[in-house]
Amino acid sequence: MLVKKIFKLKNLRYLLLVFLSACIENAPLDSLSPEGPYARSIDELFWITFWIAVVIFVIVQGALLLSVFVYKEKPDSPEPKQIHGNTKLEILWTVIPVLILAAIAVPTVRTIFDLAREPENALKIEVIGHQWWFEYKYPDYGITTANVLVIPADKPVRLEMWSNDVLHNYWVPKLNGKRYLVPGQTTYLNLHADSPNEFWAQCGEYCGLSHSKMRGRVLSMSQSDFDAWVKNQQKDATAFSADDLSLAAEGQQVYLNAGCTQCHVINGVWDVQGDRIAPNLTHFANRNVFAGAALKNNPENLTKWLANPAELKPGTFMPNLELTESEINALIAYLETLK
Amino acid sequence: MTKIIEPNKQSNIFKRPSSETGIWSWITTVDHKRIGIMYGYAAFFFLLIGGLEALILRIQLSQPDNNFLTAAEYNAMFTMHGTTMIFLAIMPISAAFFNYLLPLQIGARDVAFPRLNALSFWIFIFGGAFLYSTFIFGTAGAPDGGYLAEEVGWLGSAPNGGWFGYQPNAGLKYSPGTAMDYWAIGLQILGIASLISAFNFITTIINMRTKGMRFMRMPVFTWMTFAVSFLLAFSLPIIAIALFYVTFDRKFGTTFFLTEGGGDPVLWQHLFWLFGHPEVYILILPAFGIVSEVLPTFARKPLFGYAAIVFAGFGIAFIGFGVWAHHMFASAISPVAQAGFGLSTMVIAVPTGVKIFNWLGTIWGGKIKLNTPMLFSLGFIGMFVIGGLSGVTHSVVPADTQQTDTYYIVAHFHYVLFGGALFGIFSGLYYWFPKVWGKMYNETLGKIHFWLMLIGFNLTFGPMHWLGLQGQVRRTWVYAEETNLQFWNIIVTIGAFIIAVSIIVFMINWIFSKRNGEKAPFDPWDARTIEWTIPSPTPVWNFSKAPEVKSLDDFWHSKYDEDEDGRAVRKESADQMLIDLEEEGLNPSENIVLPNPSYFPILLAAGLPFLGYAVIYKSIPLALIGALFLLIGGFGWGTEPLEEEVEENLEHE
Repeated sequence: MLVKKIFKLKNLRYLLLVFLSACIENAPLDSLSPEGPYARSIDELFWITFWIAVVIFVIVQGALLLSVFVYKEKPDSPEPKQIHGNTKLEILWTVIPVLILAAIAVPTVRTIFDLAREPENALKIEVIGHQWWFEYKYPDYGITTANVLVIPADKPVRLEMWSNDVLHNYWVPKLNGKRYLVPGQTTYLNLHADSPNEFWAQCGEYCGLSHSKMRGRVLSMSQSDFDAWVKNQQKDATAFSADDLSLAAEGQQVYLNAGCTQCHVINGVWDVQGDRIAPNLTHFANRNVFAGAALKNNPENLTKWLANPAELKPGTFMPNLELTESEINALIAYLETLK
Repeated sequence: MTKIIEPNKQSNIFKRPSSETGIWSWITTVDHKRIGIMYGYAAFFFLLIGGLEALILRIQLSQPDNNFLTAAEYNAMFTMHGTTMIFLAIMPISAAFFNYLLPLQIGARDVAFPRLNALSFWIFIFGGAFLYSTFIFGTAGAPDGGYLAEEVGWLGSAPNGGWFGYQPNAGLKYSPGTAMDYWAIGLQILGIASLISAFNFITTIINMRTKGMRFMRMPVFTWMTFAVSFLLAFSLPIIAIALFYVTFDRKFGTTFFLTEGGGDPVLWQHLFWLFGHPEVYILILPAFGIVSEVLPTFARKPLFGYAAIVFAGFGIAFIGFGVWAHHMFASAISPVAQAGFGLSTMVIAVPTGVKIFNWLGTIWGGKIKLNTPMLFSLGFIGMFVIGGLSGVTHSVVPADTQQTDTYYIVAHFHYVLFGGALFGIFSGLYYWFPKVWGKMYNETLGKIHFWLMLIGFNLTFGPMHWLGLQGQVRRTWVYAEETNLQFWNIIVTIGAFIIAVSIIVFMINWIFSKRNGEKAPFDPWDARTIEWTIPSPTPVWNFSKAPEVKSLDDFWHSKYDEDEDGRAVRKESADQMLIDLEEEGLNPSENIVLPNPSYFPILLAAGLPFLGYAVIYKSIPLALIGALFLLIGGFGWGTEPLEEEVEENLEHE
């Protein structure tokens, strides 16, 4: 009967696992479905630890329940033997955990150093944390972009990261663990995606009001697609001439005159030396998300955003410029040309 | 007929307080039992507030992209939930147990410094009130240059930088307003309270043990009090200094943690967790102690491996100072440091395991009575094991870089601090209820409380494991619908409300039983330690004469012998002995000298919030008022003898 109970307990655990795996589907931030070698090495380590923990869990909880069921007070229970301890047992249950932990420690330490090592011939990308968006720079190609990180598939990339303000924490669960972005220091993280795909990123460390909306996307592409992307990114935007009467050209005027240029650069239209505090918009339409990847890039969201940014991202540094509806429409038309 | 000597009620500055009942008797009391009870009620009050904050958080998270709370409100709520539960609920509720039980367990009449004890309680009260006054006076807003669509409101004007206050986000530039000042200075004040009681308990344990109460005969709860007091004494100065740095950064323009001034935000993490990790053991070791008392009593067996449990406790306390960077595995630390702290974190699992196995050894072969305190203690083992095992997965550094800052961590530490510490505390509340109130609690309601809480707890925190692994980050005001996290979040919220219901059951039981419960015998559990040799409720003088202890579990051995098989056999003299004990406990035969009540602890403590406000608002008048309180309190205290002219009275007799 007791044996049956223990088996039931085990089944419960399996049931839980089934439950768990049923819910894993379609979770874009799932850390348990790795899609690259770094994340996979972590995943393997996690499952080794997990199963050891399950065995210990079953033994300890089993012993707990067993002693409760067997030694529960009954009317005819005798007074128990007064046992004060057992040195052999003490040694045993000190040494066995030490051995188990030692077995976990070896692959742990090895993986720590494997993950930290700089991969050979890796593409270097700089990641700069801002409240509340990630900026990406490709020093080899002279590209500055935001929110969507584009990487070649099946190749390692090396991220060099720092923060412009507070602590942030860069996390692409399907590609690797987290790493902090610290003001005044550089930290490193390697990413490697198996195949072309889209991944979600999320800031892990609490970084103020819109921490939960500091998200990102990682696009891994085949080498040829990536090369094409690089080529496109290196192009400047084409400025509309002053006598162009299209809606998009009107939008460019809004961009130039309404105050957007205080913070946003569009190469070829409004070039300034040095950094601006907001995302570079040169290839805005090329990105499927905006506002720290919290919003899908579509006219509906853009309308809401431009009408009052703080409504969608509390604390944002983008002011409400009190744009009129027609100005907003023009601006959106213009932004859509920035492929 | 009791013969408590009536002191001559004069003093130098004020008339010595003389109330023995009513509110003034509580305000001026230096009796460790009354202080313990006040600690308990105050901490439970804050537990309710912290719980309310948790429910508000859970309503917000029950739906994706919910707008029940604004971001500012959500951030304030989770900051205050963590800060409240740790500093205003669990720590002081442990202090309640220390205060009430420690002198009783070592056979003392009071703690070593009764007035200091009152002082630390009042500082705690004023510190808590000061921290919560942020809801009235505090201000918060967007970082410099940022915009908010709406005002933060009163709910959002509380501290919002997290209980961990990571810099520079919690600095002035990114957390403007005064709310984070309330946090930093509030914790500073609360720290003083804990430091004072730590030294008080250390002195009490070293100096005030009764005859024969050698160290290795002390109950495990006393041992854990000892360990926690050392942890407090060594870890609080670290956070005190770090909080001074923060306050100076925020108020006086220093740059300890600001990169632009040559400071280092990672330094704050190191200082905070060098305190913060021992703090975890400060929260859990008292529960270890409680469970180590409850299990042997209701298994009717001695604690298995007493020495192992004691030394494992100190091992945990010691190693607890060497694992802090495991809170920072994803931060800017080198692989060598990651490996080192990963290994030390694994090491701390060993003494923890030793404790769990010894507790299992204690109940194995026993005669287990499944009443409410025992259920909570058994539940404690079951839940704590889960928290311990998920803790080991954090020591696997690469895996931790996936788990850190997600709900997996939230699940882990709630299994440790709720399933562990709080279950242990509830076990203790039921176990010593008869001793404190002289009444029995209602067993049925107690069991309903336990089962509701066990179910609610697991529904709340179990699913958080996979929510975290599936990518729900901590401190997240909203989560996107596309992340597919809604299902378990609803379950979690339902679980949280079940916990709330169980707490209501507990309160009903408490209030009802305290008033109308059955009268409790002085040894209702057939217990083992000497606090059960005195009447229930504990008389004001504790022991009518200092007990003499001949062994570990002395009270048990005075009732039971062992037969050839080693089974317990009740002595024939036991019944008569118990009758005599009660008789003697109620009617002390010798003169009893008790420390006298005093106004000065509360007066002195009242100065601290004024000093806090003075720093926040840079106000000299407020500083002077605060200083005045300190001066009057300190001077009056210094010139007031602990026992008013008692010795002289005795000489005259």
